[in-house]
Amino acid sequence: MPRIPAPPLPKALRPTPKRPGESNGEVTQYPAPLDAGVTVVDWLDERTQLSGGLRWLLFRKVPRGINWAYTLGSATLFAFLNQAVTGVFLAMYYRPDASGGAYESIRHINDDVFLGQLVHAMHKWGASVMIILIFLHMGRVFFYGAYKYPRELTWVIGVVLLILTLAMGFTGYLLPFDQRAYWASVVGININAGGPFIGPFLSNFLLGGADFGATTLSRFYSIHMLLIPGLMAALIGLHLYLVTKLGISAPPWLKPDRAHDGHHDLEEAEV
Amino acid sequence: MPDRHRETKSKYTLDRGIPGAFEGETVTRRRLMVLGANGVGAVAAAAFTLPALGFAIAPIFKREAWTWQAIGTPADFTQAIYQTKVITITPGIGEAGNTIAYVRQRNPAIDTEPEDQYNHWVALSDRCMHLGCPVRYVQAAERFICPCHGGVYDFRGMVAGGPPVRPLDRFYTRLNPNTNLVEIGPRYSVNSELQRFNPRFPGEPLDGIGQFLYPSTFDTSKRP
Repeated sequence: MPRIPAPPLPKALRPTPKRPGESNGEVTQYPAPLDAGVTVVDWLDERTQLSGGLRWLLFRKVPRGINWAYTLGSATLFAFLNQAVTGVFLAMYYRPDASGGAYESIRHINDDVFLGQLVHAMHKWGASVMIILIFLHMGRVFFYGAYKYPRELTWVIGVVLLILTLAMGFTGYLLPFDQRAYWASVVGININAGGPFIGPFLSNFLLGGADFGATTLSRFYSIHMLLIPGLMAALIGLHLYLVTKLGISAPPWLKPDRAHDGHHDLEEAEV
Repeated sequence: MPDRHRETKSKYTLDRGIPGAFEGETVTRRRLMVLGANGVGAVAAAAFTLPALGFAIAPIFKREAWTWQAIGTPADFTQAIYQTKVITITPGIGEAGNTIAYVRQRNPAIDTEPEDQYNHWVALSDRCMHLGCPVRYVQAAERFICPCHGGVYDFRGMVAGGPPVRPLDRFYTRLNPNTNLVEIGPRYSVNSELQRFNPRFPGEPLDGIGQFLYPSTFDTSKRP
């Protein structure tokens, strides 16, 4: 079985080669500050055996001819991480109280809390950025034909992630609880109800009753910050596993290189 | 025809020569342990998943009680002009639980639906039957107009134009004989002949096949 050659270690971690005149029997001493860091990393790695997995994940061979469009998936991932981090901290101040407390807590975040307006804006605009990026990423995969065998499951999981992202946008839209949030959610819930047979029950589930009530807001909040993010994190893990396991597809314009037995030339690169 | 070349294994563990087998035993202890451990795990998972799921979907099955709110004396309402009344459909959440009812006295000359004890006053919901935006009554045009997507309803709440799929929802009204006040009750939906149905969501037609495509949900008040 062919083996992937070990990726190059960063220069700082490579043992220095022997210089002429150095005695052969002595063990090379690392400089003291580097020594401590290497010892800690070695101690951890000896117990977790994680370095092989990290190399497998981070130092992969990628096909010749990849371009900036291949970074859209990572960009979407970072948009998700931005949403997760800002969302966790917004939750420290937010109150899902339909009788006025929700709007008041958002006003408090924007007007009183240090950097509150910035963190709120990062979450709000980051949501739009994530939706845009995820569609661009999907377009890249579609137009490059990267969803084909053996990457169909990666595509299917990606589509589920797209739907979950849209559900995040829908449930998050209600949380500021101003007029726009309220009426947009009412319209959205009523669009849900337009599905035959199951629609009315789905809307009842979302509303937590027959009409917009006290539990509707807390229901949306719980779905928005616990249910869907948990699902998304798990699916993103699976998505990334498949991307790493199956490798990245070559750009469609790259023809097989006959001189090398019909295999694409692989370049070593860090992705 | 059975495969003669295949060695048939006995179902008894004793015959298969498994160490420590009992007389008449067919399930190995290893297999029993695997099934038992998985089964116990499944029961434990169901023990917290099922109650949590039931807890989450319970509102679908909860039946709302009938409530009546006084909105004025009989003399307050005329046949030609709609009064705008703010009523509470969800108590406890302040303004988010309020809605508007447009109320007038029933006019036998134009209200062709059969009269009973619940419609001496016609009370229309302000919820547009396209997607649920609030409609506004324009007295000069005698029309209800929705700001979102241009739904228009005539004086009786029938669709006069735009995307709405059925006439405006209505509320039951009654005269309370004890207080002599007009009271407003639960909401109901109507089809284009103004027949009453349990309340439906906006955007769900009630004519023809619509009433079967969009069944009444469990959580609505039983209509009289």
